[in-house]
Amino acid sequence: MNALFAATELRDRSESNCVADDGFCPDWIAENLHKYMKPLLEHVFLTLTSVAIGFVIAFTLALIAHRRRWLTGPITAVTGALYTVPSVAAFFLLLPITGRGDKTAIIALTAYTLLILFRNITTGLRGVPAETVDASRGMGLTERQTLWQVELPLALPEILAGLRIALTTTVGLATLAFFAGGGGLGEQIYSANAGTGGIYFQSNVVVAGGLAILLAATFDLIVLGGQRLALPWRRAQA
Amino acid sequence: MAEVSCPPPPENLGAFQDAIDFIVSERESVSGGVCIGGPSELLDLAARHMVVSVVAMAIAVAIAVPIGLWLGHRGVGEFLAVTVSNVGRAVPTLALLAFFVAFVGIGFTNVVLVLTLLAIPPILTNTFVGIRQVDRETVDAARGVGLTETQIIRQVEFPLATPTIFGGIRTSAVAVVATATIAPLANVQSLGIPILEPQTYGDPGQLGAAIVIAVITLATDAGLGLAQRAATSKGLKAAEPEKRFSLPLRRREKTA
Repeated sequence: MNALFAATELRDRSESNCVADDGFCPDWIAENLHKYMKPLLEHVFLTLTSVAIGFVIAFTLALIAHRRRWLTGPITAVTGALYTVPSVAAFFLLLPITGRGDKTAIIALTAYTLLILFRNITTGLRGVPAETVDASRGMGLTERQTLWQVELPLALPEILAGLRIALTTTVGLATLAFFAGGGGLGEQIYSANAGTGGIYFQSNVVVAGGLAILLAATFDLIVLGGQRLALPWRRAQA
Repeated sequence: MAEVSCPPPPENLGAFQDAIDFIVSERESVSGGVCIGGPSELLDLAARHMVVSVVAMAIAVAIAVPIGLWLGHRGVGEFLAVTVSNVGRAVPTLALLAFFVAFVGIGFTNVVLVLTLLAIPPILTNTFVGIRQVDRETVDAARGVGLTETQIIRQVEFPLATPTIFGGIRTSAVAVVATATIAPLANVQSLGIPILEPQTYGDPGQLGAAIVIAVITLATDAGLGLAQRAATSKGLKAAEPEKRFSLPLRRREKTA
């Protein structure tokens, strides 16, 4: 009985020696690439949702701090503390309150984007030359018009730079979202249950890790392209 | 069932109360037979956590600061300094650690290597930027009064760039301490153990360890913030009292 079992195992091994050895197997990758589709989409969903919510919150906070400048310090301190708490710890701190799932992952990931986005939006608005603002007031623009038609367009390069940092950082942190039950590419890397052999399987690590890096690079290039379209005057300069 | 010297897990506690109890007193593990939690185990794990972090940070500083100083002083390699930090941000720490586990191996040295790779980009970039931000006229003046290039780096550029360099070290240290949490995946003990072994430690262990990790990271950030202020020369502090929040606080002139 034991011999029969050993023989079967031996045959299985010779058929897929590479996979059994946790090696780097191009054939296996080609056959199993579809397994990564769902985690990849989950990853995209987590990243975009968190950055979108984070942007709305940070943008609102930045506009408030733009009017009431003394608030900049306290807001930076609070978002800075949120940014400092490690993501894994944040996921587990939220679990008893919000339970396992996307919601917990998104709350924690959103919290991370706030400092990056708030700091860049504020820096961008501060960088607008005082003369320009004066000129727009001189032309009779209201405060609101000055903000939306003069200050924000001029702050756009800084704001988009913040968006790029937030996106790439969030793609990286979302690999840990599986701790909160949010799935994503990290689950493929970490868990043998995901049907990929986990952290010791070279093929899996290369595919899942590579996809995460590609995703970050893709988001970065999309925003960069958007920046070139949105800021024709900068393109002329460069 | 083997006799154990610690009480069974308490019942009917709220999640956070249970986690605090896990931190302050020993209890029997979920699967039974072993004592887990309490100050002695958590202090031991915290010490291992900090050792691997500090070793990685020391190596990263020893590598990144001199390179950043030299590149910044010469004014070359801006592309390198910026690209390194952009690429560094795009590589997920879990993927980096997994790559080492799958291709290089497990153990203390490998985890230190991963954490060092993680820590280098912010320090390198900040050192480079800090040196480049030093007023060129100041450097020219130093050269004019007869300082050698080494003296200029050590006595002029380095002190003026200290706040920025420390900012990079602070960023890296927080990232390293945070990432040391997943060190157990590469067979190195850290505060991640209770998180990654729920079958032994259960929910209170995970939450308790998460609390300890959060506190340690915030303390690291605050401690290095204080060190940053202490290392900044008095003249710089007087010039920029609001530097603490690291935002350029250039006031817009009143228009009226």
